[in-house]
Amino acid sequence: MANQQRIIRLTVTVVVVAVVIEFLGWYFPTHYGSTDTNLFAQAMFIGVAAMGLNLLTGYNGQVSIGHGAFFGIGAYITALMMDHHYDLLGIKIDHVSFLATIPAVAVISFVIGALVGFPALRVKGLYLALVTLGLAVIFPDLASRFVKGTGGTSLVALNGQEVAAPQWFQNWFPRLSAQDQWAYTMAFVFALLGLLLLWLLVRSRFGRSLIAVRDHEAAAASVGINLARTKVLAFALSAMYAGIAGSLSVLVFQNASGDDKLVTFQLSIEFLVAVVIGGTATVLGPVIGGFAVVYIQKWATDQFPSKPVVSPATFGIVLIVLMYVLPEGVVGGIRRLRTWGSRTLRSRRRSTASPARL
Amino acid sequence: MTGERVTGPGAQLLRVEQLTGGYGAVRVLHGLDFTVDDGEVVVILGANGAGKTTTLRGLSGLIDARGRVAFAGHDIVGWRPERIAAAGIAHVPQGRGTITELTVDENLRLGAYTRRDRDVTTDMERWYEVFPRLAQRRRQAAGSMSGGEQQMLAIARALMARPKLVLLDEPSLGLAPIITQELFRTLGTLNVEQGISMLIVEQNAGLALGIAQRGYVLETGSIVVSGSSAELAGNDDVRRAYLGI
Amino acid sequence: MALFFTQLLNGIQNGAVYASLAIALVLIFRTTGILNFAQGEIALYSTYIVWKLTTTGMPVWLAILLAIAISFVGGALIERVIIRPVERSSPLVIVIVTIGMFLAINSLTQLQFGSGEQALPSFYPQHTWRPGGVLISSNTLALVGVLAVECALLYLVLQRTKLGLAFRGVASNPESSQLLGVPVGRILMVGWGLAAAVGALAGALVVPTTTGLVPSSMQQILVFAFAAAALGGFDSVFGAVVGGMIVGVADALTIGYVHTLRGIDLLVPFGLILLVLLFRPAGLFGTTRVERV
Repeated sequence: MANQQRIIRLTVTVVVVAVVIEFLGWYFPTHYGSTDTNLFAQAMFIGVAAMGLNLLTGYNGQVSIGHGAFFGIGAYITALMMDHHYDLLGIKIDHVSFLATIPAVAVISFVIGALVGFPALRVKGLYLALVTLGLAVIFPDLASRFVKGTGGTSLVALNGQEVAAPQWFQNWFPRLSAQDQWAYTMAFVFALLGLLLLWLLVRSRFGRSLIAVRDHEAAAASVGINLARTKVLAFALSAMYAGIAGSLSVLVFQNASGDDKLVTFQLSIEFLVAVVIGGTATVLGPVIGGFAVVYIQKWATDQFPSKPVVSPATFGIVLIVLMYVLPEGVVGGIRRLRTWGSRTLRSRRRSTASPARL
Repeated sequence: MTGERVTGPGAQLLRVEQLTGGYGAVRVLHGLDFTVDDGEVVVILGANGAGKTTTLRGLSGLIDARGRVAFAGHDIVGWRPERIAAAGIAHVPQGRGTITELTVDENLRLGAYTRRDRDVTTDMERWYEVFPRLAQRRRQAAGSMSGGEQQMLAIARALMARPKLVLLDEPSLGLAPIITQELFRTLGTLNVEQGISMLIVEQNAGLALGIAQRGYVLETGSIVVSGSSAELAGNDDVRRAYLGI
Repeated sequence: MALFFTQLLNGIQNGAVYASLAIALVLIFRTTGILNFAQGEIALYSTYIVWKLTTTGMPVWLAILLAIAISFVGGALIERVIIRPVERSSPLVIVIVTIGMFLAINSLTQLQFGSGEQALPSFYPQHTWRPGGVLISSNTLALVGVLAVECALLYLVLQRTKLGLAFRGVASNPESSQLLGVPVGRILMVGWGLAAAVGALAGALVVPTTTGLVPSSMQQILVFAFAAAALGGFDSVFGAVVGGMIVGVADALTIGYVHTLRGIDLLVPFGLILLVLLFRPAGLFGTTRVERV
């Protein structure tokens, strides 16, 4: 009986995943224009960054409002490596393909994340959030000081050829060979990979350590969990996610720029919003949150096409209302609905069954 | 039970009927009935999880409670905690509820928050006489005191409001036996000499019954035994369960 | 040496502003444990009210007083209407709500008052003295003076009145205070109201010393105020003032002397915060809450 249920559940999961992949990976990019694929890709890379932040904030309880900085680091590394004419510390780097930049981004952002994670061993809660805020406001200054992009500014713009899909991809998937489709596909693939990694991580020993440290540090330490390693690793992994999200943004926007404080701060906030709206400490939450963040903002802009000033207000008010009605986020809300549903179903079954027993 | 006189010592001060309540969907209290007369000390005995603390929190409005709670001429069920406090119920919460960052003096002054008269300072001196150890620490942050001192402070703070009824939640919790004895002696004196009415929830049944006139035994949210202190102390079940004899 | 003192005074002037807004953050944090991201934007809105009133010909000082009163009521209403429903939610939920307010208030301000730059006059004459080459501006004197008065008033209210006692009681132990008859909800409203009033004063004083009133006027200041509050300890008004001064002076001296850090001078205040927090995780004057197993 239990075995049968497991087989059914597994089959359903496989079918759902297959349908989602078929629809999002193939049908959507081949049937919708670049406006839609771009929005989807944005939602997915915000989702990727939010997945990392969820590891840190949702599962490990360390709040960061500075992950926009890691995003910026990832974006710059990818853009600079892909740019033809860029000298990095005297070494001339020539036209590196997008995928080849990913290992570099992953390693560098992981290491920087770990470095930032060390102070977190002592600084906690609100104070840690403030330190990460410092990261978000200092990064743009560092960027405009040290990054020499196009025309002397800190904007690294890429041309169409640099961000185009590579030849092997065009050969394999001729119907996905347009630039926006390539960007979309990359965002989709990395979102899937990120989701898979997150799923594996939270089910692992490490995932349980994260939660134990979040819920009770002293108790976690007393059962032999290495606090320092757990917290630093959480920081490093979340920075890696944010960095790769930044890389993906380069394909979508065809440039990288990190010198605007407001943008970096706003991104950091968007990641956090995505985590909370989707559902903290859930696997699917961040992706859902990414879509919510992008599409609520688009909806807010569309409401008042003649008055762009109003759209942040609309977005802000929607955020507040969402926190009133769905404080546990979308996934948390669905969960609550499900337990409520199954409980009423069970009680109904019981009430219809009881007369027979009597 | 004593007769139903309207005023003066012996008149019914608190009458609880069919009190239910709990946390969220979990119901802890299943319809309690009990009374406290003016000038009386009443004790509620019960094991951990019986609902003793919940009962007091229901009376003082910290949790949603249903039923009828007649107190000094009002039905106070559903009132907000600050209104109940102003009506004359002072709740000394479990763990003493020390306002740690205020000094001892300030704790007492805050205790008189609901009062509008000018005798606050006089009252403070009066309680400092009763609890001389507090007087030595008037300007000290309350959080830096020992558990016993904080418990005394909590009681003095409650009395500053000139309450009609004091609710005490496990006053002996975490205190050394000798301190506990001293504390209960003081509580007994306060009742006898100043006529202060108290409803005490306590694990240390021996000490509590020693100063109480009557008592109730609470088991999983229902009252199972009630009677005078002597009756309870003589009850075999009570002796086994709460007096350890 | 003249440069040093000039920069020092600059730093103190900026520090006074950071301290003011940091005090506002602390007033809210102490009672509710909330980090109010919208504090700067609430101050922005208040400052626009001052500006709007002055355009009617009202004297600046009167406009400021009126705006402070309006802000007090507005802040209290925000607590009652927007914050109260989520007060018991998780800290993250509340953070998102204050961020929502940040976005909403900023854009509603633009909608109501326009996004152009507005000139806001100061209530004192602009003047500079140069004793021995040190540049002393009337701005510095006014800002520091107002901060001193503000602190003295706050001290009196918090330490010498029944309301202040109740406020501190609620900050330390809300449940116990409630059991003593303190109307906690009303105290929280007062806290938010005071914070908004303090913020209004900060905004109305700082804007005349800068280029003008724009919708982004308060954002950088809020970041520095956060830094100041973190440095001083989030639950200490005194800490907020000291923190504000340290951040302001450190930043000004960096700009004046460390030319390699020009443009990235924010490294200094945040480096300082990090350093302080590594040794004192609850700031210089904050209380560490001991976690029990």
